[in-house]
Amino acid sequence: MEENKVATAANFDPMLPQPYSVLQVVKETADTFTLTLQARNGAGTAPFEPGQFSMLWVFGVGELPISISGDPSDLGRLVYTVRSVGEATNSLVNREVGEAIGVRGPFGTGWPIHQAEGRDVVVIAGGIGFAPLRPVIYEVLHNRKKYGRLVILYGARSPRELLYRKELAAWVRQNDTQVLVTVDYGGLSWRGHVGVVTTLFKYARLQPARSLAFTCGPEIMMRFAARELENLGFARENIYLSMERNMKCAVGFCGHCQYGPHFICKDGPVFSYDKMRPLLEKYEL
Amino acid sequence: MDGASVAERSLLTLQQLEHLILVLHRRGYEVIGPLVRDGAIVYDVVDRLSDLPAGWTDEQEAGRYRLQRRNDGALFGYVVGPQSWKKYLHPGEVRLLAAERHGQTLRILNNETTPPRRAFLGVRACELAAIAVQDRVLLGDRYRDSVYASRREGIFIVAVNCTQAAPTCFCTSMGTGPRVRSGYDLALTELVGPDKHEFVVEAGSEAGAEVSRELARATAAEDVCQQADAAVERAASQIKRRMDTTNIRELLYSNFDHPRWDNVAQRCLTCANCTMVCPTCFCTTVEDVSDITGTHAQRWRKWDSCFTQNFSYIHGGSVRSSGKSRYRQWMTHKLASWIDQFGSSGCVGCGRCISWCPVGIDITEEVRAIRESTTSSKESGHGNS
Amino acid sequence: METLERIIAEHPFFAGLDPYYINLLTGCAANVRFDSGTYIFKEGEEANEFYLIRAGKVALEIFPPQRKPIMLATLGDGEILGWSWLLPPYQWKCHAHAIEPVRAIALDGKCLRGKCEQNHDLGYELLKRFGQIMELRLAATLLQLVDVYSNGRK
Repeated sequence: MEENKVATAANFDPMLPQPYSVLQVVKETADTFTLTLQARNGAGTAPFEPGQFSMLWVFGVGELPISISGDPSDLGRLVYTVRSVGEATNSLVNREVGEAIGVRGPFGTGWPIHQAEGRDVVVIAGGIGFAPLRPVIYEVLHNRKKYGRLVILYGARSPRELLYRKELAAWVRQNDTQVLVTVDYGGLSWRGHVGVVTTLFKYARLQPARSLAFTCGPEIMMRFAARELENLGFARENIYLSMERNMKCAVGFCGHCQYGPHFICKDGPVFSYDKMRPLLEKYEL
Repeated sequence: MDGASVAERSLLTLQQLEHLILVLHRRGYEVIGPLVRDGAIVYDVVDRLSDLPAGWTDEQEAGRYRLQRRNDGALFGYVVGPQSWKKYLHPGEVRLLAAERHGQTLRILNNETTPPRRAFLGVRACELAAIAVQDRVLLGDRYRDSVYASRREGIFIVAVNCTQAAPTCFCTSMGTGPRVRSGYDLALTELVGPDKHEFVVEAGSEAGAEVSRELARATAAEDVCQQADAAVERAASQIKRRMDTTNIRELLYSNFDHPRWDNVAQRCLTCANCTMVCPTCFCTTVEDVSDITGTHAQRWRKWDSCFTQNFSYIHGGSVRSSGKSRYRQWMTHKLASWIDQFGSSGCVGCGRCISWCPVGIDITEEVRAIRESTTSSKESGHGNS
Repeated sequence: METLERIIAEHPFFAGLDPYYINLLTGCAANVRFDSGTYIFKEGEEANEFYLIRAGKVALEIFPPQRKPIMLATLGDGEILGWSWLLPPYQWKCHAHAIEPVRAIALDGKCLRGKCEQNHDLGYELLKRFGQIMELRLAATLLQLVDVYSNGRK
């Protein structure tokens, strides 16, 4: 390996991961964990926009696209919430503190949060789709005067699968913030809402003409949520979705994430509903 | 015909062409050209003119490729084989990185070594178009693919005008051939007869002109140039396969649910041959390997195909689980969404996907089937069947 | 009685309904309260009424044998509870469980069924409104059926 060059900023290659250390692993639910990473060698982390993602590489196992779920104003660390659903995600959440993870990115388009200044921000999250929306909430709460009402509508499968419970409880107490949580299947001890996330709309006091809606979750949930928002009077270009497809490179070379004419990795993952609407109903696109 | 270049065309003998390889070697190029291997004409390192497939041609049809003897000694008397130059520019397997782990320390090493400077000998018009297409995909955006960029940079291209066509060719429909137009350093037109074997050569770049000047040369006489042009015209007139590309993007986008996709899915084996032989298909996957001690790991990038089940896998299952959806993705991407993404068609009309399809699926026929079924009787006279 | 009539008239569910029908409905209506933890109706019982929930939360539950009870949906302020009174066999398909103290207006379905038979215009107006609620409930159930948050492995 004599001929190999150690990567430096001078020979930047978007395919080359940078080493980070695991600072903390927090169990959110039975299968979901939040990882906090810090750059090694005193290197800073690249700033990110809410909604962007990184490629996280586990030595010898593989690489995954994971949305950044942390606070964009915290420049020293990168935070990811990962649901363990397969070999690669499993190995990612099983890292111990101090271990190394390779990070590429941040990649992709973020939520157009600055367009929401002076308007209400409506966050509609389903399941693990809450992760890429959490940075939006941090941004709004840090700059409370810049934005109107913050409405957080969050659906999960069951009460056991709710993420960020402590923060949800804290956000309820913030000014001009409405937090509504629902589950698909409530146990008998659950005293919250039961039903899909769209059933929360009627409680949300939405002001469609002066709001931006950001939704992330299972594709079918976003499809119904966006359609319902449109029925309520939201303009299509004021509704944003974060899409998911298989990704290998994150920079438009590998071809995997194509969605009609779009590359989810570089044209997205955040798209306005007016662009997505014609594609969402195409089966096996 | 590009009138301006006529006067600059010169003539090379067979011996002088041998000299071309020497000149390229002297300039530090590894020369890659056609040669016969495993019953096909493939691209690999050539050291001398005798490595080239003199006297061979390829007989092609849907699902068929055979080498045949010619009754002359033409060096470029074949059309296109299963390989294309992406073998060198966008390799089938390349190591992206190597890494070492000791305890909690991790060293990630960029694995890219400087590839040799290469000269490509025998690049066809459709292949030049394919290289231009891959340039737009891998160099033309926010990010540059460093693997491709380092191989592409400084390539010396000796193009060859086709003087015969295969029944699978449809470059005339795609506007890419058979005459080379740009993107080359030197372009050859081979003239071979009972008592002569010579090459009309024209330079397409300053580097090409320099090399051309180094070769012993004579200006090609008017009648020789006319013979060369006629030979290319003859190839053009041999091309019978057509693809009507009028509004093809809208045609395919609006026929997402066309029953023809079910029809083609019944024949398609989803074997991925078409994507492997296609000179513009660029999709890749990444594989991680590590040694048994767990201290060394590597990441390899390999060609992938949208015909595989795993290609569109996200947790829970594949987005395109049916063969129908995968064929539709390949063809719609190639001919329609490619235009949105990169400003041109992804198809250059080389016909490889037709020849190398084990069941003989013909992309031009699939387009025609969709177009004709959706064209009103009034318009059907404009078809090209 | 006058307040009850106004509440019904101002409820979005009855928006645009002829005052004559509002008056008819009021004749079948009564204020009711349910303590938290009580059941408003139970699966299999005869369905002879529906409710306009004025305050509180009602959970719809089913108890599949050998499995954990499932809470299907929750209904809250301003929502309509119950449509089984409208169509044969007039039988509840799930439990309605007050999980908070509930104030509601109960409408006598038996009485309304009779009035609808006599007056098809009223019958059409009610069917149209309940049809809308069934449509929304069915759409929500469809999404639950898809189990959108599952990881795809059973």
